[in-house]
Amino acid sequence: MVTVSDADTTLPDGVQRRTFEGKESLATRGEPVYGEPTDGSWRAWDPHRSKLAATIESGLDTGLAADDTVLYLGAANGTTVGHVADFAGRTYAVEFAPRPVRDLLDVCETRPRLFPLLKDAREPATYAHVVESNVDAVVQDVATRGQAAVAARNAQFLADDGRLVLAIKARSEDVAREPQAVFEDVRAELRETFEILAETRLEPFHDDHLALVARPR
Amino acid sequence: MTDDTADDDTATASDAWFAAEGAASAETEDLAEGAALGADDLARRVREGSAPAPDDWPTVAVETGFADDETDYESALREATLAAARATVRERERADDQQLIHAIRAADDARRTANELAERVAEWGGSLFELDGGPDHAGDEPEAATAPDTADAGVAYARSLADRDPDGPTEAHVVSLAKRVATLADEADRLEAYVEDHAPVVAPNLAAMAGATLAARLCSLAGGLEQLAKKPSGTLQVLGAEDALFAHLRGDAPSPKHGVIYTHDYVRNTHPAEGGSAARALAGKLTIAARVDHYSGDRRPELEEELDDRMATIRARRGGDGE
Repeated sequence: MVTVSDADTTLPDGVQRRTFEGKESLATRGEPVYGEPTDGSWRAWDPHRSKLAATIESGLDTGLAADDTVLYLGAANGTTVGHVADFAGRTYAVEFAPRPVRDLLDVCETRPRLFPLLKDAREPATYAHVVESNVDAVVQDVATRGQAAVAARNAQFLADDGRLVLAIKARSEDVAREPQAVFEDVRAELRETFEILAETRLEPFHDDHLALVARPR
Repeated sequence: MTDDTADDDTATASDAWFAAEGAASAETEDLAEGAALGADDLARRVREGSAPAPDDWPTVAVETGFADDETDYESALREATLAAARATVRERERADDQQLIHAIRAADDARRTANELAERVAEWGGSLFELDGGPDHAGDEPEAATAPDTADAGVAYARSLADRDPDGPTEAHVVSLAKRVATLADEADRLEAYVEDHAPVVAPNLAAMAGATLAARLCSLAGGLEQLAKKPSGTLQVLGAEDALFAHLRGDAPSPKHGVIYTHDYVRNTHPAEGGSAARALAGKLTIAARVDHYSGDRRPELEEELDDRMATIRARRGGDGE
């Protein structure tokens, strides 16, 4: 199931591998936001901090492309969504907890097409009046129970040929169960709405996480 | 997704965040004719609006004349979403942990000062009023009138003196002081009510498990929710028992089993022999709750269930003691 291709062919335009302080890293062009290493206008995208970076680093073809319209669920303090907004088009950043949104607002300051929404990703009706239909990608990284259900409810935003890029955290579903068993349930539930195209575990960057790429059925 | 959106309710242009209020539904031409919305209205619509399904809002916005083109739409959307997010964050900031800490400390100060002054009032008032007794409880029990033995009785005695008509300048001073005690005690009550209301907003999981007052005290002792979230469970367990802890570190005393969490029912009402286990288990869960509250902010009811289970196990060791 794991689609590993030559890593650089899977990189969206606007994402490059560059060398920072002697170490190669993914990078995007934008204002630095959390003290990450920079090189001119490029800034390092740390796979240890970002599950999406880890997903790309693992060689998964996310299908993300430059200027994509993106709905990002679980934006938290904006570390990852900032990088997404660096290469994507209109980027809607949904985050429910107000505390991290303060940081997210700083990230939005320097990105004209990044839109913060203090909303609950489990209730898409509360932002369907703002987020447009037919987005090219839904990127999801929410740490709540029912991650597959969140993806299903937000499928309505996705274009027919759009992509769901999902990071599943086993411990959010059930702390006690084997991650493998949790992932199996999540896959089964996702298949009701999506066709899973590729997946990979995110070790060593993130323990007990599974990254999936899927498209609407 | 196949025909999901077709089956569901579909969005109409009047659902859009930029749709003018009271605009005729669905007919896109009418939107621009509604009263133009100000920046505040737009931000409010972003915060409070909803739609059964998304639509191609950028195109709708241009078609209805809300925006000249996509770039224009994007800058309007940016302005409205940023303003909406800022407004929500600002609203929550008023209820942040530092405000809670100020409130609990002020409540404690007011309570302590009221009690201290009440002692003075009792002593002074006892010398002036003991003979004429008075209609209230002070008269029934002369002992209580002269030397109220609990803090509550002291404040109650001060309240009874506060209603008196002073006779002469000396009594006037005592009655005036008694009035201060009564208002200070009222202030403490109000501050405690504020803490009860706001702790669940600032730290929902911690407040649910520890109770509002204890949650606020833990934040106060640690210096903030963030600092509390960063402490190991063993530190949270003995917060408020610093004297005992340092005596222990000097080698003079056994290690303290609990600090301020002693006030929690799970510690206080568990058999003393299991108090250490109970304090350890409670501190562990409260630490997790503080971390969830600080780093994520969402409610995790399962934490409470885990704590209840664990406590049932610990208490069962003593065959129902402590229930």
